[in-house]
Amino acid sequence: MTEKKKINLNRVPIPKQEPLIRRRNFNEVALGYTEEQAMEEASRCIQCKKTGCKVGCPVDVDIPEFIKAIQDGDMPEAVRILKSKNSLPGICGRVCPQETQCEMTCNLAKKGAPIAIGRLERYVADWEKAHPEVIERQKERVRFNGKRIAVVGSGPAGLTCAADLAKLGYEVTILEALHVAGGVLMYGIPEFRLPKDIVQGEVDYVKSLGVEIRFDHVIGKIATVDEILEDGYNAVFLAPGAGAPMFLNIPGENFSNIYSANEFLTRTNLMKAYLFPEYDTPIKVGRKVAVFGGGNVAMDSSRCALRLGAEEVYIIYRRSRVEMPARAEERENAEEEGIIFQLLTNPKRFIGDEQGRVKAVECYEMELGEPDESGRRRPIPKPGTEFIIDIDTAIVALGTRPNPIIPSTTKGLELTRWGTIKTDEATGRTSKEKVWCGGDMATGAATVISAMGAGKRAAADIDAYLQGKS
Amino acid sequence: MYRILAREDLTPNIHLFKVEAPLVAKKARPGQFVVVRSDEKGERIPLTIADWDKEEENVTIVFMEVGTTTRKLALLNAGDSIPDFVGPLGRPTEIEKFGTVVCVAGGFAIATIVPIARAMKEAGNKVVSIMGFRTKDLVFWEERLGSVSDELIVTTDDGSYKRKGLVTEPLKELLQETKVDRVIAIGPTVMMKFCSLTTKPFGIKTMVSLNPIMVDGTGMCGCCRVSVGGETKFACVDGPDFDGHEVDWDLLMNRLRAYLDEEQESLKLWEERNKALIS
Ligand SMILES: Cc1cc2nc3c(=O)[nH]c(=O)nc-3n(C[C@H](O)[C@H](O)[C@H](O)COP(=O)(O)OP(=O)(O)OC[C@H]3O[C@@H](n4cnc5c(N)ncnc54)[C@H](O)[C@@H]3O)c2cc1C
Ligand SMILES: Cc1cc2nc3c(=O)[nH]c(=O)nc-3n(C[C@H](O)[C@H](O)[C@H](O)COP(=O)(O)OP(=O)(O)OC[C@H]3O[C@@H](n4cnc5c(N)ncnc54)[C@H](O)[C@@H]3O)c2cc1C
Ligand code: SF4
Ligand code: SF4
Ligand code: FES
Repeated sequence: MTEKKKINLNRVPIPKQEPLIRRRNFNEVALGYTEEQAMEEASRCIQCKKTGCKVGCPVDVDIPEFIKAIQDGDMPEAVRILKSKNSLPGICGRVCPQETQCEMTCNLAKKGAPIAIGRLERYVADWEKAHPEVIERQKERVRFNGKRIAVVGSGPAGLTCAADLAKLGYEVTILEALHVAGGVLMYGIPEFRLPKDIVQGEVDYVKSLGVEIRFDHVIGKIATVDEILEDGYNAVFLAPGAGAPMFLNIPGENFSNIYSANEFLTRTNLMKAYLFPEYDTPIKVGRKVAVFGGGNVAMDSSRCALRLGAEEVYIIYRRSRVEMPARAEERENAEEEGIIFQLLTNPKRFIGDEQGRVKAVECYEMELGEPDESGRRRPIPKPGTEFIIDIDTAIVALGTRPNPIIPSTTKGLELTRWGTIKTDEATGRTSKEKVWCGGDMATGAATVISAMGAGKRAAADIDAYLQGKS
Repeated sequence: MYRILAREDLTPNIHLFKVEAPLVAKKARPGQFVVVRSDEKGERIPLTIADWDKEEENVTIVFMEVGTTTRKLALLNAGDSIPDFVGPLGRPTEIEKFGTVVCVAGGFAIATIVPIARAMKEAGNKVVSIMGFRTKDLVFWEERLGSVSDELIVTTDDGSYKRKGLVTEPLKELLQETKVDRVIAIGPTVMMKFCSLTTKPFGIKTMVSLNPIMVDGTGMCGCCRVSVGGETKFACVDGPDFDGHEVDWDLLMNRLRAYLDEEQESLKLWEERNKALIS
């Protein structure tokens, strides 16, 4: 009981760039804790005997332990504890939906003030980046155990699996379709939420474990999974994500300046179109932009459009605010920056000019009916409510499907009816011998940390299988 | 990095590179393409695989200088390297024994139709090729295409060499005079459009190789979408070959113009910065 009195319920807020300034630049929005702020936040952790926090982390980060190390001021130890479970802490600290994971299950959550675990994780990762001598000290190469693993895709699932296997002594080669590593972390999530040098720093860490990354390798085209196995790899881990964009399927959708969120974000983030013409890849953003969808991808697209110079950016979503799948924090950030939420609205058709460029979208109002299979109330169009919004750019952010390139070129790989690869969740095993799968390709679009969890479990199972333990 | 083994200038602004790319060479099929990035700040652009050699482990590309990326590439020489060379992408051209096949090509696409004509001939077809140029000085690979064709017709728009006129004229005559089983047309968008319009009344299936703007080339972005038979397709994974009678050509041409202003701005900046190099 005496313990309880000491509980401090004042979460230390994270400093951010002011909305009016940040809405026009691509610099990181959240600035990260200072040393004092991190110490103060860490000091709130009561080091529970029965920890709630750990239950919520898909990769089992030893949360109380690393926070204890911060409390003790032993940062190298905090880095060591974090990295023993999580190879990409700077990324997770920034983009994990902590409010539904570790912070939701933190024992202080019931009191409305969970420890800001993600922010502390970010602090530790950034501290390590600023103190490279620590990395040197901790680097220990493991002896090669004679077995080779191919990992397809360098997103969070692939990087995590590769890192874990390399730590166990495997020779790991990542085969990546694009010209950089990181998957959605590089081409999807914008710089202002996840700086690309942070991602590359963590990719470098994975490489420092001995992992080789080969770029420009579209598996299914340059080589099939079967050919990789014939090449002498002992196992293949498939982590190509769920990268194929979905469209609205309404008239006019192919007018110029209508983008899938994937294209819009790839041009902006991966190809750095926000630095055009310094970089060669262009992007079109006029004065008025409509973004369709209500998830994180829609938030990211709308906020990029604003930073690229748009005057008015609408998020057009067919349900209401409470059904929006985007993280609360990102929704608030978007609103603070001036994104206009046009809720309970659905597009009917696009209207183009004589040159085939989009110039308006016709929408109608929706109302919510009975809950559907997803448990959310089903949106129903209200007849006779059509209205027109003038726009010069549209971004369709409805989500993604698995890309069929690998499934259609691999014999004996069973699929689900959604086109994902049928995978045993606990082990990552597929219907094909020596082939494992994880991340968005197994689950459909999910989260960074769940992809990492899948990479971890697959690494453990591949090891067990190859060492004859299962 | 992918080393350029040899360079050849086919015309003043159409260049051929033989690029060291063993794995791509191993898998390449006629009609497929690669995505190339010229440098760290460069754009990703698609270029057709014009030839390949499994044993020598190289892939040939032929490109025309039109904008920043192709101008940048044109400054490279044998011994230099291309940072990214992704492929082979897209579906291969359908090669079968059809009977008589007419291969029509214009401009840089002469190079890309050679492996197709060759494969068609190897499959037992009678191959008639038609190659079109603006003027005599731009003619290249007449012998090379001739060597894989049973018959070769050369046209120039201005009549400065061989037959005067557009490729569609001899194409129409062939359709009127002989039994043609399939037409393949590759070249500038307007040329492919008019070849398709020419063959349509005859009901002869005409395959074209569409060239929309692309980013990844793997079905991830949807930038390359085209409308074929009223359905949206991604040219990089569903194509690039499509039935020319079903293609919405106006849509394709509009989408190709989407970045005209930016392309000019980019090129102008590049030219200013590289005055010394290009003069
Ligand atoms: C805009 C956006 C914002 C997001 N925001 C968040 C967020 O804030 N928090 C969060 O937790 N999650 C977020 N997500 C979801 C999260 O990014 C994904 O769930 C996660 O990246 C999936 O990881 P993955 O490793 O399975 O695949 P990916 O990250 O998709 O990586 C797959 C990799 O495989 C490569 N590849 C694909 N096909 C092939 C092939 N045939 N051969 C070789 N390589 C191939 C791809 O190029 C890519 O590099 C967001 C997603 C998007 C699109
Ligand atoms: C599957 C495929 C295969 C191709 N194969 C070849 C090839 O073998 N050789 C070759 O020279 N070109 C080929 N192209 C066209 C080539 O990709 C473009 O010429 C190139 O992207 C231009 O880049 P740039 O930066 O030099 O010019 P940009 O600055 O991008 O464009 C300059 C001019 O070219 C036009 N343009 C832009 N993109 C394209 C495009 N994709 N197709 C046609 N015109 C375009 C623009 O409208 C503009 O007028 C192919 C295109 C596709 C989709
Ligand atoms: S990895 Fe994500 S879920 Fe796990 S502790 Fe860190 S922030 Fe929480
Ligand atoms: S549950 Fe919360 S307070 Fe308890 S140890 Fe975990 S982070 Fe600290
Ligand atoms: S180029 Fe991106 S989907 Fe075709």
